[in-house]
Amino acid sequence: MKKNVVLKVDKVGIKFNLSQEKVDSLKEYVIKLVKRQISYDEFWALKNVSFEMEKGDRIGVLGLNGAGKSTLLKVICGVLKPTEGTIKKHGKIVPLLELGAGFDPQYTGKENIYLYGAVLGYSKAFIEEKYEEIVKFSGLKEFINVPVKNYSSGMKARLGFSIATVVEPDILILDEVLSVGDAKFRKKSEKKIMSMFEDNISVLFVSHSLEQVKRLCNKAILLEHGHLIAKGSVEEVSKIYLEKLEQD
Amino acid sequence: MKKYIQNFNKYRYLLYELVKKGIVLKYRHSYLGIFWTLLEPLLTMMVLTIVFGGWYGKSDQSFPVYVLTGRLLFSFFSTSTKAAMKAVQNNAKMMKKVYVPKYLYPLSAVIYNYIIFLISLIVLLGVSIVLKVKPTIYLLQAIIPLTLIFVMSLGVGLILATLNVFFRDLEYLWGVALMLIMYSCAIFYEPERLIKTGNDWIFAINPVYHVIANFRESVLFGQPLSMQYLIPSILFSFGSLFVGIFVFYKKQDEFILHI
Repeated sequence: MKKNVVLKVDKVGIKFNLSQEKVDSLKEYVIKLVKRQISYDEFWALKNVSFEMEKGDRIGVLGLNGAGKSTLLKVICGVLKPTEGTIKKHGKIVPLLELGAGFDPQYTGKENIYLYGAVLGYSKAFIEEKYEEIVKFSGLKEFINVPVKNYSSGMKARLGFSIATVVEPDILILDEVLSVGDAKFRKKSEKKIMSMFEDNISVLFVSHSLEQVKRLCNKAILLEHGHLIAKGSVEEVSKIYLEKLEQD
Repeated sequence: MKKYIQNFNKYRYLLYELVKKGIVLKYRHSYLGIFWTLLEPLLTMMVLTIVFGGWYGKSDQSFPVYVLTGRLLFSFFSTSTKAAMKAVQNNAKMMKKVYVPKYLYPLSAVIYNYIIFLISLIVLLGVSIVLKVKPTIYLLQAIIPLTLIFVMSLGVGLILATLNVFFRDLEYLWGVALMLIMYSCAIFYEPERLIKTGNDWIFAINPVYHVIANFRESVLFGQPLSMQYLIPSILFSFGSLFVGIFVFYKKQDEFILHI
């Protein structure tokens, strides 16, 4: 591995078994087994995808719906395991995907900071040290001892964003641009992300908006039906993407 | 192997948080809070003693202790395996977003129930003192059945957690199975009643009963552990743990596709 490569995706493929109907009860399974009706359609959500990311790269992931963008992010985060190929990562990955999905609704904001921090792999000492900062950034000081089930979705997202961005990640993963909370918080969160960009971290950014990708990224990759069909500078790739769009 | 230990160490704090969450949330909205851990077994002990001791005419003074030992161990087995079974499903949302070692969920479910169970042993101590059950040197062996029930619950819990991802209706089946196990555990009747009718094979194949019987030997009867029960329960506990770890490990990468 070259020295400044932070992420190396090598010939990654993911295969799903799509059963015609979802069988998730034992009764159905036995019936279908007896009738010999269990059959699967193989479906490759990603096939032979390889690319490298160097330190400071900001790569936009382009592609139509169902091209495999989210699957690719999940593989990189470690949520999904690739059927074939390997992924090598250097440094801390912070995924900013569906913020606050890991909260426990019965827990208070404060308790959730510790819980979600632990989920992201922070240590207790680290969370304690950063606790004030997280609360301050989220702007939820007076609600921090209220159970999260009473939070609005905007408040949840604000808290999630504040927890996830309290570390300095080496690789930041963004799915769509964050439209978190009200206009004021959105500005604040964009500023935070921009300041992270300046710290020379690497970013993987998924969006449907070509404008945003052009604005934020210096490189791009293009996925189509699970295959990587272009990679390179953002201008080149977005040109190909536009051509593809016009073909249809 | 080293890789796994390193990874475990990294997420040790998450395990602690999950265990804490289990205990904290269990009693959050009750007035008496954690005190229920003591009150609940005490009340069920009273009911069972009245029904099976009083109405069925048993006047043994230590009968409440007999009932309590059986009930405490069985209810730990029952609640912890149920909690472990649902643990993967309940944390599906989190699992889909962030990488976390998945075994932490069933493991934490068994651990927090075990802590609650250990606290509830205070009731047993209190009732034993009140009813003048004398402690003997054999009390020290209680650590063995107490360890075995933990290992057994974890092993069975891991197997159930894995199966439940693929077959949701296992939840109901396991509920029924637990009822059967409960009635064959001699919680509120004496084993002689079954043995007399020639049905002692029921006890021979029930590892939960083996543990309960040995726990009673040490706590209540002041006898050495029965080898007849000790050996199969050791084999079953570690056997189920081994199988549990194996199937969970083999299947965990597929969980995400089914939850």
